[in-house]
Amino acid sequence: MKEKIVSLLSGIIFGVGLVISGMTNPEKVIGFLSITHNWDASLIFVMGGAIIVTAPFLYILRNRNQSSLGFDIKLPKKIDLDKKLIIGSSFFGIGWGLVGLCPGPAVSSIALFEPITLIFLLAMLVGILANKYI
Amino acid sequence: MYNFTPISALTGGIIIGCAVILYFYTTGRLAGISGIFANTFTSKANRSSNILFLLGLVLGPLGYFYFSKTPVNFEITNSYFLIIIAGFLVGFGTRIGGGCTSGHGICGISRISVRSIIATVTFIFTGMLTVFILQQFGIYL
Repeated sequence: MKEKIVSLLSGIIFGVGLVISGMTNPEKVIGFLSITHNWDASLIFVMGGAIIVTAPFLYILRNRNQSSLGFDIKLPKKIDLDKKLIIGSSFFGIGWGLVGLCPGPAVSSIALFEPITLIFLLAMLVGILANKYI
Repeated sequence: MYNFTPISALTGGIIIGCAVILYFYTTGRLAGISGIFANTFTSKANRSSNILFLLGLVLGPLGYFYFSKTPVNFEITNSYFLIIIAGFLVGFGTRIGGGCTSGHGICGISRISVRSIIATVTFIFTGMLTVFILQQFGIYL
């Protein structure tokens, strides 16, 4: 039960952060990706703000094996650079640049009742399932 | 610089960081949204917790708009063709590459993961290239 409450709470806080940061607006994201024309560097401050609070905390907790609710801490162990990482990230970047939506803001923008984002999420799900079943 | 909002960007980023910390500290999992979204549909493990996280991602902004009464800025292309291609590539690419802006860009870089740093540089680069190419065709000027 506690896990479910903190999951909901984490999502709420994350979503509020996204809205305040302006990143739920695809125009802001496109502004950041538009490096040669009217560049808007705000996205760097969003990622930077998140990293400056997260990094020290993860560093302090780096040797813990269990979370406060008693779950095993599972961090990605892979360290080698492979083609999949580069190819997958390249595809993601192209999709991100086409309309200015990545998964977090895409889910959060359901709150704006814009039907076009539901189509985006549906297409995203198709992409996820295509990867799983190909 | 155009439309630059460093204070709200930094504030929002710090709040996002707090959410990542809370989620990791309590559940032991990193808040990568593409992973949470994908696992909701493809894995039984932690399914209810994943669904509740996604629900929170919607409820947070809903509550914020309700209480703050700030105008909602949302400008996106009206091309369904672009939306469908983009959505597919985001879903497909994040699964192959193992993360998105939150998983690689925030959680991974915070762990100083070389893979995540490379992934983030890659998707920002291809994103910028994509916008540049679209601009040559008169989209996003």
